[in-house]
Amino acid sequence: MKLLTGNDLKTGFVTWWTGADWSLHIEDAADVGEHGEAILAVEEAARRVNAPYIIAGEQTADGPRPAHIKDRIRALGPTVRPDLTLKPADPAAGDWVI
Amino acid sequence: MYKYDEYDHAMVAARVAEFSDQVKRRLAGEITEDQFKPLRLMNGLYLQLHAYMLRVAVPYGTLDSRQMRMLAHIARKYDRDYGHFTTRQNIQYNWIKLEDAPAILEDLASVEMHAIQTSGNCIRNISSDQWAGAAADEITDPRPWAELLRQWSSFHPEFSYLPRKFKIAVIAANEDRAAMRLHDIGIQIVEKDGEHGAAFYVGGGMGRTPMIAPLIKDFVPLGDMLSYAEACLRVYNRYGRRDNIYKARIKILIHELGADEYRRQVEEEFAHVKSLGIDPPKAEFDRIAEQFAPPALDASAPDAIDRSDPDFAVWVDQNVAAHKVPGHAIVNISLKPIGGIPGDASSAQIDLMADLAEKYSHDELRVTHAQNIVLPHVRKADLYAVWQALDGAGLATPNLDLISDIIACPGLDYCSLANARSIPVAQKIATRFSDLGRQKELGELKLKISGCINACGHHHAGHIGILGVDRKGTENYQLLLGGSGAEDVSLGTITGPGFDEDGVVDAIERVTDKYLAERSEGERFVDTFRRVGMAPFKEAIYG
Repeated sequence: MKLLTGNDLKTGFVTWWTGADWSLHIEDAADVGEHGEAILAVEEAARRVNAPYIIAGEQTADGPRPAHIKDRIRALGPTVRPDLTLKPADPAAGDWVI
Repeated sequence: MYKYDEYDHAMVAARVAEFSDQVKRRLAGEITEDQFKPLRLMNGLYLQLHAYMLRVAVPYGTLDSRQMRMLAHIARKYDRDYGHFTTRQNIQYNWIKLEDAPAILEDLASVEMHAIQTSGNCIRNISSDQWAGAAADEITDPRPWAELLRQWSSFHPEFSYLPRKFKIAVIAANEDRAAMRLHDIGIQIVEKDGEHGAAFYVGGGMGRTPMIAPLIKDFVPLGDMLSYAEACLRVYNRYGRRDNIYKARIKILIHELGADEYRRQVEEEFAHVKSLGIDPPKAEFDRIAEQFAPPALDASAPDAIDRSDPDFAVWVDQNVAAHKVPGHAIVNISLKPIGGIPGDASSAQIDLMADLAEKYSHDELRVTHAQNIVLPHVRKADLYAVWQALDGAGLATPNLDLISDIIACPGLDYCSLANARSIPVAQKIATRFSDLGRQKELGELKLKISGCINACGHHHAGHIGILGVDRKGTENYQLLLGGSGAEDVSLGTITGPGFDEDGVVDAIERVTDKYLAERSEGERFVDTFRRVGMAPFKEAIYG
């Protein structure tokens, strides 16, 4: 599957294209198939995302996951500061990142 | 410490206003990211892995307590309550919002700080010896010269679009605590026939193609220093490659031309530049130098230290260095707690260090390229009180220059350029060698980790260096031995095939075991390596 990701213009936070909008949570990400470039162009022009790009991903039982370690770390947060990740209360939240 | 004059204030205020307007236009969609990116980078604002990152300049690593408190305030108000001190004596914040950037720059300007020229192909923050003005072995305080270079290089119209970034370090002691010869220009203030002058080493650097800067001129009269630096830059700006980012640094130009030809061209340029009157009149330099006048230290202060508390004594032995004035000492605050993140400090810790500087160190702090903090002027009689306060805040790890005093770049946990994580490797190594007795048995051992070939973690200059690479989507770590960023400068050599995260920790343990088995009396790790060579270590690592 292919995922579309970028950063929020105002906050810089990592965001994922859900099919209709942008979410901070990788679980909400949608497979953009071959439409990534077209969505990217529209969304970037509308300033709903900054520096977007398309990545390879895979569907798992827990939802979509980026294929490359760099984007897996982007999806959750720094591996060395679990308190700063999107799910600080869940010690197992980052098990799939590395 | 240098205080801004009306020109400094006006320049920084104008830049804050300009960038605030640029941010406003970007948020309003009047400019694209492609147009905005070079503008934000000129103000130290990167877009990193998780958010915007702001790099704040700390000129030659010197701060007062008011400035340090502002760094804590920014961490608390605009970031996530911590900052990361870097290998260029700066500080970075990892979770900055674009909409907050103008307010942050205004706050910084209110304490005579900024983020200008902490990115981009310009002359970056001038770095220096963190013990400047206090070191027993310096011939003069190098910071007035660093400040002169800062003023000369700030918004220098000719050098704002160099082929590539440009880093300058200035020292004034034979012991090199600033990795001077691994800079684009390394300047050492030296003495000849009773006069001080500047030795120019040009064309050093780490990164993809590490090189040690050759000596280009052994003695430039200090009154000619700016003109000579201008000539060095002009030759580079004219002939440095702009067609290939990997060959654009000055080290490549000098390597291609040869040091002799580069020197000839610089001398030719210097003859012309000198006629332009770039160097300041002596009165102007004296005005700057006056602001670095040494604090009034009482040389009759007690020299004895009460070492009855054994934990305190251990810290004194490891983290406290000799001051040039009797009865005083240089306190090195380790930001490397065992298992912690090298260079990170919370806002509370930053505030505490500011308080200690104000109370015990004549209001001065320094950031070191090894990602630690220094209180440069502490009375020996106050050391115990300083240690108690530091200990209570987790800042009294007695490991300066030991194996757990690791330089590590942010790596793949934060950096969009990185290929592998650096911090977890540093944490595992520090934890493996957490026993202080074992660390002291190993002695001075500088371990440096970079998460990519750009070498922000100075891995080439580590007695033991680690380079993280991406091997088919998996983190892999190459091991290097024998580097040094000090006066015995050398570049590390790769041992052989790389390791995974746990494997590289095991490999380091085999290397240190081999060192203990091979070393002669008084030898540091790097001395033994230089004497016996790579072979026995390779055998120990790979069998």
